[in-house]
Amino acid sequence: MFLRPIIYLVASLLFLQSNGPALAAERFITVASTTSTENSGFFQAILPLFERATGVAVRVVAVGTGQAVRMAERGDADVLFVHHQPSEAQFVADGFGVKRHDVMYNDFVLVGPRHDPAKVSGMSDATGALARVATQRAVFVSRGDDSGTHKRELRLWQAAGIDVAAASGTWYRESGAGMGTTLNIASGMDAYTLTDRGTWLNFNNRGDLVVLAEGDRRLFNPYGVILVNPQRHPHVKAADGQAFIDWLRSPDGQKAIAAYRIDGQPVFFPSTDNDAR
Amino acid sequence: MSEFRDALRTAIALLVNLDGDLMAIVGLSLLVSLSAVLLAALVGLPLGAAVAACRFPGRQAVRVLLNALLGIPPVVIGLIVYLLLSRAGPLGALGLLFTPTAMIIAQWLLVTPIIAALTQQTVSDLHDEYAEQLRSLGVGSLRAIPTLLWEGRLSLLIAVMAGFGRAIAEVGAVIIVGGNINHVTRVMTTTIALETSKGNLALALALGMLLLLLALAVNAAALVARDVVNRLYG
Amino acid sequence: MAACDTEHQRTGDTTNILPLRVRDICFDVGGKRLIEHISFTVHAGPCLIILGPNGAGKSLLLRLCHGLLSPSEGTIEWAKADSSRARNQQAMVFQRPVLLRRSVAANAHFGLRLRRVPRRQRQAVVSEALRQGGLTHVANRAARVLSGGEQQRLALVRAWTLQPQVLFLDEPTAHLDPAATRAVETLLKRFHAAGTKLIMTTHDLGQARRLADEVIFLHRGRLLEHSPANSFFAQPHSAEAAAFLDGNLLW
Repeated sequence: MFLRPIIYLVASLLFLQSNGPALAAERFITVASTTSTENSGFFQAILPLFERATGVAVRVVAVGTGQAVRMAERGDADVLFVHHQPSEAQFVADGFGVKRHDVMYNDFVLVGPRHDPAKVSGMSDATGALARVATQRAVFVSRGDDSGTHKRELRLWQAAGIDVAAASGTWYRESGAGMGTTLNIASGMDAYTLTDRGTWLNFNNRGDLVVLAEGDRRLFNPYGVILVNPQRHPHVKAADGQAFIDWLRSPDGQKAIAAYRIDGQPVFFPSTDNDAR
Repeated sequence: MSEFRDALRTAIALLVNLDGDLMAIVGLSLLVSLSAVLLAALVGLPLGAAVAACRFPGRQAVRVLLNALLGIPPVVIGLIVYLLLSRAGPLGALGLLFTPTAMIIAQWLLVTPIIAALTQQTVSDLHDEYAEQLRSLGVGSLRAIPTLLWEGRLSLLIAVMAGFGRAIAEVGAVIIVGGNINHVTRVMTTTIALETSKGNLALALALGMLLLLLALAVNAAALVARDVVNRLYG
Repeated sequence: MAACDTEHQRTGDTTNILPLRVRDICFDVGGKRLIEHISFTVHAGPCLIILGPNGAGKSLLLRLCHGLLSPSEGTIEWAKADSSRARNQQAMVFQRPVLLRRSVAANAHFGLRLRRVPRRQRQAVVSEALRQGGLTHVANRAARVLSGGEQQRLALVRAWTLQPQVLFLDEPTAHLDPAATRAVETLLKRFHAAGTKLIMTTHDLGQARRLADEVIFLHRGRLLEHSPANSFFAQPHSAEAAAFLDGNLLW
């Protein structure tokens, strides 16, 4: 007796689902990217420009670089947009991606409490600064999530000759979370952490945290963009995905990247230089 | 405490301005969770009632399973649905990953055991009370299910609302299968997670307050509906 | 009430399911024998009262006859009817009325609705049944807020709509005050007048004397006596029955 209205309701809901927010007719690509680009507000600023120019909507799924790469390997994205060159190279070498392109870069900074117990303020030697943090056993919050930032941080610790695995749970804390969550933790604990500049600039819960060390060549943070290989995953929207990559590298795209600022400060710097890798 | 004051002010501003993006997010939250709960009720109510009222082989196992599923973390459900719907997964060809439909499926899986387990409790008690009378009237156990469900309607509404509460509040599953894509799969909880990670704590808390209001409104509507039904049918 | 064995008003299937033959039945629960080798035959007509102290097995025997329980040994057979046909000609009213959380009218409709009787046909039967039960004025009230006596009468009304040949009653007035008990007994007499065979358990001797044409006396799961009401109350055969009638409740 109540069965018929329920069936109608379900049918109309399912209909709504397939035709509602995710319009079947709408052209879109899915981009697997990192929390740093999403949290910095970067995509929200530049994507409308691309969408207006091409009519292709871009759906960004923002996760850690490790997860983003895995997602693209499974064919769940059309374009991979991350910042860890070894993973990117491996992705292409394994045949999951067509080709890696440079699009932009920024840098990592070491942030920490204003009173700076490890006395790293003003240093430009990243490994030297980390070594002091370790010596002082000042609390350091690591991403601990296999992201691009995490991998970079581990490489720096290695270069500084410090075995953080042994210190895990003491002064070295692994949040296992995205950049923003990790910054929230560091801010709550008055701890040091390594962050990309974009997320830092857009982060509003800094508490006592300030940028303490920056400018090391080894803190250079290039972003790469890769079309997922349509030969591997035939459903990949190769033409629209390539259009997005081309636009990012076009004068219009590069200008848009340079134009995105937070509090007057540039967040990413356009770049198409390192294509050879 | 200033965060709470800021959050309250922000929440009021959000309510006053009724920003279009925010309304779309609220609408999607409701659409996804209400659809999931409706579908979960369609399965969970008869399933719970069948486990309570019918004797069949494996009944005890189903009971234990339902109770165990109550404790499963949303993230695990999200992961399972992700792996199923992923292009490399068995249902990849449907192209449902990162759509509201995927979120409904995940929440449906999350909520069905809750509704079924609570229904099982309620209907079990009713069955003790009615079983003899119904058999005397010639009602078999299958035919008894709709009768028992209707008799338990007041308690079962609470079961369904508990399911809705879990659906609207969870973030772990929908963020994995939905991807928190702006304007496509962004709902209240994933927005709160995002704003928190941006350090916009006041905004995140304000959104949390709106979510609470939303849950209150839906629950109030359910209670009103219950009273109306109560008056109509005694 | 012996004079009540009058014309049959029942419609529908007129094949009488009586006599009911109970042959040598036993009923065990958890290795304990609660009904021991009981045999008797129930014929159409008189009102049969099953008497006995608490724990004698009265309710069990009633449920076995009605088919809610199956005997561990022995057989229970209705004349000229397979079990599902026979079921449709029976109804049962329990010690505590089992009412749906719906209106009085909806409860009265429920039995016939289950038998897929169209609403238009139901209407006449139900309003007549409500009238017989004196519940017409509360038809639209919630059944669960009625008094205990009214609830039990509603249970009887629901049974009435089914026009059963046999009505089982398990201590239907055990929880009622004397006035409500009288109202229920009046209604029972109307059932009987309409040709329904009553099979009822009670431990209320006064009620048994008022209603019974025929008595079965149970004690500790055994049938000790099965005799016409007059002779049972005047001169019980067994010492247990005599003690029970004297109010020396045995166990």
